[in-house]
Amino acid sequence: MSADTTYHHGGPATGAPIVEMKNIKKHFGHVIALNGVSFDIRAGECHCLLGDNGAGKSTFIKTMSGVHKPSDGEMRVEGKVVRFESPRDAMNAGIATVYQDLAMIPLMSVVRNFWMGREPEKGIFPFRQLDMAAASQVTMEEMSKMGINLRGPDQAVGTLSGGERQTVAIARAVYFGAKVLILDEPTSALGVRQTSNVLATIDKVRKQGVGVVFISHNVRHALAVGDRFTVLNRGQTLGTARRGEVDAAELQDLMAGGRELAELEGSLGGTI
Amino acid sequence: MTDVSAPAPRDERVKDVSALHRMLVRPELGGICGTILVFALFFSIAGDSGMFSLQGVMNWTTVSAQFMIIAVGACLLMIAGEFDLSVGSMIGFAGMLMAVFSVQLGLPMWASLVFTFAICTAIGGLNGWLVIKTGLPSFIVTLASLYILRGATIWGAIYFTRQTIISGVGEKAQGDWLAWLFGGKILTGAFRWMGEQGWIEVFTRGNRAGQPVVDGIPMLVVWALGLAVFGHWLLTRTKFGNWIYASGGDRQAARYVGVPVTRVKILMFMFAAFCATVFAACQVMEFGSAAADRGLLKEFEAIICVVIGGALLTGGYGSVIGAALGAVIFGVVQQGLFFANAESSLFRVFLGVILLVAVIMNTYIRRIITGER
Repeated sequence: MSADTTYHHGGPATGAPIVEMKNIKKHFGHVIALNGVSFDIRAGECHCLLGDNGAGKSTFIKTMSGVHKPSDGEMRVEGKVVRFESPRDAMNAGIATVYQDLAMIPLMSVVRNFWMGREPEKGIFPFRQLDMAAASQVTMEEMSKMGINLRGPDQAVGTLSGGERQTVAIARAVYFGAKVLILDEPTSALGVRQTSNVLATIDKVRKQGVGVVFISHNVRHALAVGDRFTVLNRGQTLGTARRGEVDAAELQDLMAGGRELAELEGSLGGTI
Repeated sequence: MTDVSAPAPRDERVKDVSALHRMLVRPELGGICGTILVFALFFSIAGDSGMFSLQGVMNWTTVSAQFMIIAVGACLLMIAGEFDLSVGSMIGFAGMLMAVFSVQLGLPMWASLVFTFAICTAIGGLNGWLVIKTGLPSFIVTLASLYILRGATIWGAIYFTRQTIISGVGEKAQGDWLAWLFGGKILTGAFRWMGEQGWIEVFTRGNRAGQPVVDGIPMLVVWALGLAVFGHWLLTRTKFGNWIYASGGDRQAARYVGVPVTRVKILMFMFAAFCATVFAACQVMEFGSAAADRGLLKEFEAIICVVIGGALLTGGYGSVIGAALGAVIFGVVQQGLFFANAESSLFRVFLGVILLVAVIMNTYIRRIITGER
C-alpha cells in the first residue's frame, strides 16, 4: 500500500485480538489466491472484510475457518499459534462460520436445525434419546431474544425468510459459544427489510462480546454496522480503516482498485 | 438502527395457519387417510367374504408384515437421502446363503443365520461405501448390485444343487433357538385356550382336530411391529435420527455443523440390508426352503410403501409410521382383491394409481413446508 493513503493497519488496539492472521498466503497450484493478507478481530467489534468478486475474500475466510490450510503465514487464536486441520478444529477454537446458502436445512424444524450436530440427550444407553423439551425451550428463548417469533419450535425452517434463516444460524453459533463469527455475504441475497434485520442481529451479538467478521461487497451494509474495514484486492490487503476515518466513496474506490470506478462514478453522478 | 430489543411485531402478511393445513404437513397423513379409505372400501365390498374373520385378518396381516419389514429399512434409507434397489435380490441371496450354509455345508441353523446376517449387512455397507466414495447416485450403484446379487444367487444354487431351489431347511431348523426367532409363533397358549373356550374357530376333523385354526402370531408380525417401533423411535426421538434427517436434507450443511454424514448413510444401507435379511429368514423358515427367485420386485414394493407413507424421494423428510401404514395399505389391498374375487391383475393398476397420487400429494406438501411456489 502507498504511504499517502489515510488507511492504516489496525490502529490503537482496544483489547488483544481474539484471532490474528499475519501475512497469510495461499497458492492453488500456479494461482496465487492470497498474497500476504493480515487481519485481526477483537471481542465485541464488527470487522468488515470488503472486496470485489475474485479479490480473495472466500479463500481468506475459508482459511480462517479451517477449510483451507494456508501456504504461508501465521495464525494465532488468543495469542497462541494454531494450525487448523479441519473446520471442526476451527469450531472447537470458537470460530463459527455462517454460510449464505448452507446455513439451514429447510425441510427440518427450527429446533432440529438449531441443535443439529450437538443434540442434547437424556436417559441411559441404549435408551438415550433427544431431550426435545429442553431443546425446544432453549430454541424458543434464543429466537425471541433475536426478535423472531415462531409459531412453534417445530415450525419448518423452509417457512422462514432468508433473513430469519441467517438470524437462526447466527443465534445458533453464538449460543454454542462462538467467540468469532464469520458471516459470508449474509445480506447479499436479501431484501431491504431483511437486510436491516440481519444487520440488527450483528449489532446484537457484537454487544454480547462476540467478534464478528462481516464479509460483503456492499459498502453501505458494511458501513451500517462495521467498526473497522479491511479491503482486499487481488489477494492483498489494501489497508484497514476505523469507523469515521473513511466514507463509502473511498471504500468503493479501493475495492474497485481505484481509478476506473471513480471515473465511472463521476459520469453516473455518484449513484453507485 | 432500528430498536431491536422489542419483540418483532407480527407480520401482517403471514396468514394464520389452519389446523387442517398443519395436519396436512404431517408426513403420515396420506398413510392414515389411505388406510381408513382402504378398510372402508373392503368392509363394504368384501365384508362378508371372510376377509375380516380371524383367519382372514391373519392372512392380510402376515402379508402386510412382510411389506412392513422391508419398508422400514427403505424408509430410513430414503430419509437419509439414498435408495437401495438391491433389497429384492438381497432377499433371494440371503435365503440362498442360509440354505447353503445349513443344508449343503452342514452348519447348525443358528450359525448359518449369524453368518448370513453378517455377510448381508456387510454387503449393504459395501453398497453404501461405494455410493459415498464414488459420489455416484445410489440408484445406479444398487442397480448394479441388484443384478450381481441375483446372478450370484442363481449361480450358487445351481452350482451346489443343480436346481434353483434348496429344500430341507425346515428339518435343520427344527428345535433351533435362533430359527424360532424367525419361524416361530408367539401366544400359542392363548390361542389354544381361546379355541377351547369356543371363541375362535378350531379344526373339527383330521389329525389337528380340536386345535385352533389360527394357532399363534407369527414371529414375522412381531419383527414387523418391532422394527417399525424401533425405526420410529430412532428417527424421531434420538440424536441419530436427527442426523438421518440432516444427511438427507442437505448433506453439505449437515457436514458443516459436524454431522458424520458418511457414517449415517452407510449405517442406513446396512440397516436396509438387515431388514431384507430378516425378511428372507422369516420366509425361509416359513417355506422350509430357499429359492433363487425369491424377493423379485420387492425393492420397488418397499419404495412404494415408503412413498405412500409420505416420504420424499429426494430425502430429508418422511415417517416410519407412514411407511408402516403404506405397507398395511399394500397388504390389505393385495389380499382384499383376492377376497373380493376381483381380477388380481387389477392390483397392479391400483398400485400404479396410488403411487402416482401419493407422489403428487407429497410434492404438494413439500411446497407447503418449504414455502416455495
